[in-house]
Amino acid sequence: MSALLEVNNLKVRVEEREILHGLTLTVNKGQVHAIMGPNGSGKSTLSHVIAGKPGYEVTDGEILFEGEDLLAMEPDERAAKGVFLAFQYPVEIPGVATMNFLRTALNAQRKARGEAEMSTPDFLKKVREVCTRLNIPQDMLKRGVNVGFSGGEKKRNEVLQMALFEPSLCILDEMDSGLDIDALRIAADGVNALRTPDRGFVVITHYQRLLNYIVPDVVHVMSNGRVVKSGGKELALELEESGYAQFEEKAA
Amino acid sequence: MNVALLKPAPERVPNDLFADARSRLPGTGPVADLRAASFADFAARGLPHRRIEEWKYTDLRALLGQVAPLAAAPDEAALARAKAALAKLDVTGTARFVLVDGVFAAELSDAPAAGVTLRRLGAVLEDETNTVRADLLRTNATGDVMVAFNAALATDGVVLGVADGARPDKPLHIVHVATQPSVSVATRSFLQLGKDAQATLVESFVTAEGAHDYQRHDAVVISIGDGAALEHVRLVEDAHDAANISTAIVTLGAKARFNTFSITTGAHVSRYQAFVRFNGEETHASINGINLLKDRQHGDATLVLDHAVPNCDSREEFRAVVDDSARSVFQGRINVHPDAQKTDAKMMTRALLLSDEAEADNKPELEIFADDVTCGHGATTGALDDSLLFYLRARGLPEKEAQAMLIQAFVGEAIETIADDSLREAAETAAERWLKARS
Repeated sequence: MSALLEVNNLKVRVEEREILHGLTLTVNKGQVHAIMGPNGSGKSTLSHVIAGKPGYEVTDGEILFEGEDLLAMEPDERAAKGVFLAFQYPVEIPGVATMNFLRTALNAQRKARGEAEMSTPDFLKKVREVCTRLNIPQDMLKRGVNVGFSGGEKKRNEVLQMALFEPSLCILDEMDSGLDIDALRIAADGVNALRTPDRGFVVITHYQRLLNYIVPDVVHVMSNGRVVKSGGKELALELEESGYAQFEEKAA
Repeated sequence: MNVALLKPAPERVPNDLFADARSRLPGTGPVADLRAASFADFAARGLPHRRIEEWKYTDLRALLGQVAPLAAAPDEAALARAKAALAKLDVTGTARFVLVDGVFAAELSDAPAAGVTLRRLGAVLEDETNTVRADLLRTNATGDVMVAFNAALATDGVVLGVADGARPDKPLHIVHVATQPSVSVATRSFLQLGKDAQATLVESFVTAEGAHDYQRHDAVVISIGDGAALEHVRLVEDAHDAANISTAIVTLGAKARFNTFSITTGAHVSRYQAFVRFNGEETHASINGINLLKDRQHGDATLVLDHAVPNCDSREEFRAVVDDSARSVFQGRINVHPDAQKTDAKMMTRALLLSDEAEADNKPELEIFADDVTCGHGATTGALDDSLLFYLRARGLPEKEAQAMLIQAFVGEAIETIADDSLREAAETAAERWLKARS
């Protein structure tokens, strides 16, 4: 199996505070990795740094994506290369129609990869197909991006983009937050449909529940800016029983 | 060392400005008297400056220096240049009434539709059988010095009337074309909308080849009859070193509707002052606009609403996108008169600053003399939202494209208030042009 994402000894600061203290993680193609851990352990920071969000200072270590230095790339270059972050809190963008946003973003990525723009009929066909699969009413796409969407609709819109852009690495940042069980199932089904031997997933979550729907190959426990334990999917169940306290003590 | 103080005093108004222009200004008798009195008023006060409260943020003495000499009437070559400029207008499908360098150009204009009357201001002022012709230049209502200046020097304009109940199928379109450099152009136009009439008025301010560094001084006087409805759109696309000082004086009858939108992308210095008065009950006015400013552009929107009668609504929203070291000014004043109970007036201004040197000045004022009213105002000023920018970039949009998409969204939300599809598109095109020119 070839490595899709390699994070080596990553140290990250926000302002003067170090959040990640030498994190190492390798995700191979075809794998789903779950990252679990208490609040403040650095899970979201990791997802932001991989996607290229400004405001984080990498002081040591590296992130390789298919062997290339990800940290040297702008956020839009990373997206075009195939990195996708499904946001914990997708933002509302009034005045930008969802359909226009989707087409502009898709074509910007294709342009960056030296591919031709997707024709309007092809694009519409693809959107229709994905919307049907994810149970997203087409009317939603006429509205401003995420404007007035419920929590479930926002997350489904993230999965819709994932399905449209076909990234090779998908990072789901607390996809389960704010979702009821039905919305969670729809979103998880959307993700499962995208599981292929070429694609890797990093699923960040507090709770084991999501992992009943998106079954991971590897589970990591993060505490205090490091991966403190890794194991199979049974580790998630174990955590559900015993909680995170044991790891916090270890790290302290 | 001798320091010569540059005194911003009225004497800097060139006295020969009026003397030189006088012989070609239409109107004798009471009209000429009114012009002389108006110019005397202007000469005494001079160009407004920062110590005049209403002009505090738009100091014309500093911004313009002085008034340029009045433009000569356009010759054949000027009309040919104007014709070429008209061919490039985004707004099509309208009945055009064209003013070239301040003079009505019949050969470039359309005939008015049924139910619409068209006269030239110059001809009305010259008509000695018309006993009230001088009233067209009377400006007592506003007391504004630039309106007095306009009364003194207006060379021409169109006087439009829409008959009771008439609904002209095409928008009435006043097109101002400048063709000469370093001149002043003064125009005044009128629109009277009869009872239950419905119409659309468009005003375009454009530049022909060869025109730059000119100053426009325009006024439009609009009267909307009982039950009548007017859609109004103005597009200011003057040359980037020109000035556009415009005034709209609007009176609204009962059960009337007035929906107006102003977009400014051109002119080095622009001021749009609208005085809107509610004279009849159950009338609704929606007054909106956007200024797109870059380089060292200065754009001012000043609105004065007079709720003189009860039971009327007004909604105002003005936006500004300000880049480089440009400056946007919004002044909104709402006067609610003692009898104007149940007035519902809301005013909002939003400025988007795209550079550290960009500036937006907002001055909302509410003066309320009635006790049973709903009035409010709000203002926001800020940069593009970083979290939105990151979201778009994380989806593959390069930085400039992500910014452009958010600016377009900000502009688009404002432009949405234009009811007419083709006019909305014309405003969008003007905004896109501005956005594209942003390097």
